[in-house]
Amino acid sequence: MTLDSKIPAGPLSEKWDNHKFKLKLVNPANKRKYDIIVVGTGLAGASAAASLAELGYNVKTFCFQDSPRRAHSIAAQGGINAAKNYRNDGDSVYRLFYDTIKGGDYRAREANVHRLAQVSVNIIDQCVAQGVPFAREYGGLLDNRSFGGAQVSRTFYAKGQTGQQLLLGAYSAMNRQIAEGKIKSYTRHEMLDVVLVDGQARGIIARDLVTGEIERHAGHAVLLCTGGYGNVFYLTTYARGSNGTAVWRAHKKGAYFGNPCFTQIHPTCIPVSGDHQSKLTLMSESLRNDGRIWVPKEKGDKRKPEAIPENERDYYLERIYPSFGNLVPRDIASRKAKEVCDEGRGVGSTGLAVYLDFADAIKRLGKDAVEAKYGNLFDMYKQITGEDPYQTPMRIYPAVHYTMGGLWVDYNLMTSVPGLYACGEANFSDHGANRLGASALMQGLADGYFVIPATLGDYLASVERKPISSDSPEFDAAEKAVKDGIEKLLSIKGNKTVHEFQRELGQIMWNHCGMARNEAGLKEGIEKIKQLRNEFWKDIHIPGTDQELNQNLEKAGRVADFLELGELMMVDALHRNESCGGHFREEFQTPEGEARRDDDNYTYVAAWEYKGEGQPEQLHKEKLDFESVTLTQRSYK
Amino acid sequence: MSSENMNLTLKVWRQRNGQSQGSFETYQAKSVSPDMSFLEMMDVVNEDLIKGGKDPIAFDHDCREGICGTCSMYINGRAHGPVKGVTACQLHMRSFIDGETITIEPWRATAFPVLKDLIVDRSAFDRIQQAGGFVSVNTGSVPDANAIPVAKACADEAFNSAACIGCGACVAACKNSSAMLFVSAKVSQYAMLPQGDVERKDRVIKMVSQMDEEGFGTCTNTEACEAECPKGISVTNIARLNREYLRAKLTE
Repeated sequence: MTLDSKIPAGPLSEKWDNHKFKLKLVNPANKRKYDIIVVGTGLAGASAAASLAELGYNVKTFCFQDSPRRAHSIAAQGGINAAKNYRNDGDSVYRLFYDTIKGGDYRAREANVHRLAQVSVNIIDQCVAQGVPFAREYGGLLDNRSFGGAQVSRTFYAKGQTGQQLLLGAYSAMNRQIAEGKIKSYTRHEMLDVVLVDGQARGIIARDLVTGEIERHAGHAVLLCTGGYGNVFYLTTYARGSNGTAVWRAHKKGAYFGNPCFTQIHPTCIPVSGDHQSKLTLMSESLRNDGRIWVPKEKGDKRKPEAIPENERDYYLERIYPSFGNLVPRDIASRKAKEVCDEGRGVGSTGLAVYLDFADAIKRLGKDAVEAKYGNLFDMYKQITGEDPYQTPMRIYPAVHYTMGGLWVDYNLMTSVPGLYACGEANFSDHGANRLGASALMQGLADGYFVIPATLGDYLASVERKPISSDSPEFDAAEKAVKDGIEKLLSIKGNKTVHEFQRELGQIMWNHCGMARNEAGLKEGIEKIKQLRNEFWKDIHIPGTDQELNQNLEKAGRVADFLELGELMMVDALHRNESCGGHFREEFQTPEGEARRDDDNYTYVAAWEYKGEGQPEQLHKEKLDFESVTLTQRSYK
Repeated sequence: MSSENMNLTLKVWRQRNGQSQGSFETYQAKSVSPDMSFLEMMDVVNEDLIKGGKDPIAFDHDCREGICGTCSMYINGRAHGPVKGVTACQLHMRSFIDGETITIEPWRATAFPVLKDLIVDRSAFDRIQQAGGFVSVNTGSVPDANAIPVAKACADEAFNSAACIGCGACVAACKNSSAMLFVSAKVSQYAMLPQGDVERKDRVIKMVSQMDEEGFGTCTNTEACEAECPKGISVTNIARLNREYLRAKLTE
């Protein structure tokens, strides 16, 4: 199969409008004859489910959490971008598009990103109308802040809980449709396979996580809105339940995987404190607006931060990047933190941390103003570390935070499997090799509120309107495969726990496919993963049965998938002989240590096709054509 | 407050499923670091249980940063444990002392039936929201965001109410298992914003009626809910709910 991105013809700014006009429509009376399955209820899933139900489709939603409201979008802190230009500071749809393309290091599709920037303005309108309590000014109008990678203030926010408020807005829209009977919500359910009939996605197999029952659900289309797969690294800012199972199983059913190695490492997380650690906590990037990042100039300087005089501190981001300073994009801020720590200038007991200092901001704005802006983040930091950031600088270190890679989708958000769609972080589409801050919420809601409601009808219009039956050989086979897989996991009865395997895998990924990668390390990592995978299938020990609530069984299935997905990430990282965005290959850097792209050979999306167990995956290349922007080396100096 | 590793005794509620009887079991948690979160301590105990051929303790958890509202443990007789303003996932072991016995139970409420061990079914909260916890606007049919000005004080108050994470600690802490704090927070958020004004009467009546149907108890103003709420949701929301409800009923 050749990759067809279905990017519409015409000038960039008119593509989306022209495309919408050309898309086939489903007549309002016929919409109720279609059943749509939405897996995942974060920003993308909840907004898609609500919007599709409002249009008249019958929607079923699935989430592994006990309520749709708990999806991990809820933890996004800083804000959501929109090209409203309410600040009169020179923002525009084109500038948001340009910043996003540049921030993504020219590895995203122009047409998708421009559409994202266009609909960003509608998202804010929608959320405000739902009653999302955004921050406001005394005149009653919306407030904005600036964020990394941008020189305008276009970020809308609700204290440090923007993701929570946006998700509760989308959840409320879902609730309204549940009350109307247009959405049926299945909670504590996990999708374990996609069912294909005649090569088209026609349903899923799901497990009721309370009873253990395996269920069949049929529909005319399946939307995967299941988020990112960063938990392959184990210690991350993701929720513990976030997983790659839905996308990976869809991949094994024929959905190509786009740019799997593009991972975002977020620069401002609370450092690791010990072996027991189960997760890393993110501190919003918005802290970089007022906090100054520094390390001691001298190696091994173990004095308390307050005892280090100003002239013995190195505010390295301000020094290297005078125009963006502490607001450089995430990939650069993370890598520079790693570099100064590798030089031996890291702080704290592990030496794997840098300071984020608010002393100047408190002097300039007063403690009250700083508290009003960041109070909840400061409290969170204090609760976790036992240190007061009003008195002493925070210690921060980068952590895995987001995956730009994901299922390959065309302009309509359809994967390479007809009828199977991927929205939000689950797809690869809009952020290229690096995502800018406050853009994840924007993309999730753009896909769910505005893109999929328009594009899904185009596919459905060509699908027969009669109900899909789950009583078919295809469903029989898919259900049997799922049950066999569970039985196999439970039958091993080895000696190692899921948790142990997950931690080992995370270590391998972090050491070999983390903030900096190289050929030898990746090759070694691939071998280590293969070994670990073999060991997993011989030595995993899962207590309990499949006929009950069994959290270890759930985790084991997810780790089994991560053990395969992790290898593909390394294969992808190994094949991409360039550095771009979050993908930093040590062999490919400028003399100043910046990422060096190879536009002649790698200006494409790597879309990987699964070829069967033990077989190497096949690479398909979707060439990226840039009509509006000129590819340049990113400079934030 | 400890800085050295600790040895603790845990008394944990174990219950196979919703149909069976539960009981307390005693476990030892050895060499617990004060830097661990409470749930990380539980992870370590569970690893030991699995290694010893026993069934690990089932507990709800997800984000582990205090915002998703999934974790729900009644620790030493208090929802989310002894520290004010934090969820169990953000509670750290430095808040306990070496040699302490810690009792861990699920939320106790008729409307929150136990599913297994420390996991309860809180879908009643979803159904209350479905009854009216929304503004009826379809995607697309809305005015420009700045066409709806909201006084900063109102927006800030609405945000404070909207900060509820839906964990259910208020119900667990209440001797009557009342859900008034949860329901009032949602009603208040919309009552304070112009967007919510159109449906305010209908909303409050429907949400309160669903709350009653779910089997939550009545509010007797002991304010334990506010004291135990990890997000500091104020009981003034309950006063507002009562006003909203009265107004709606009187003008029905």
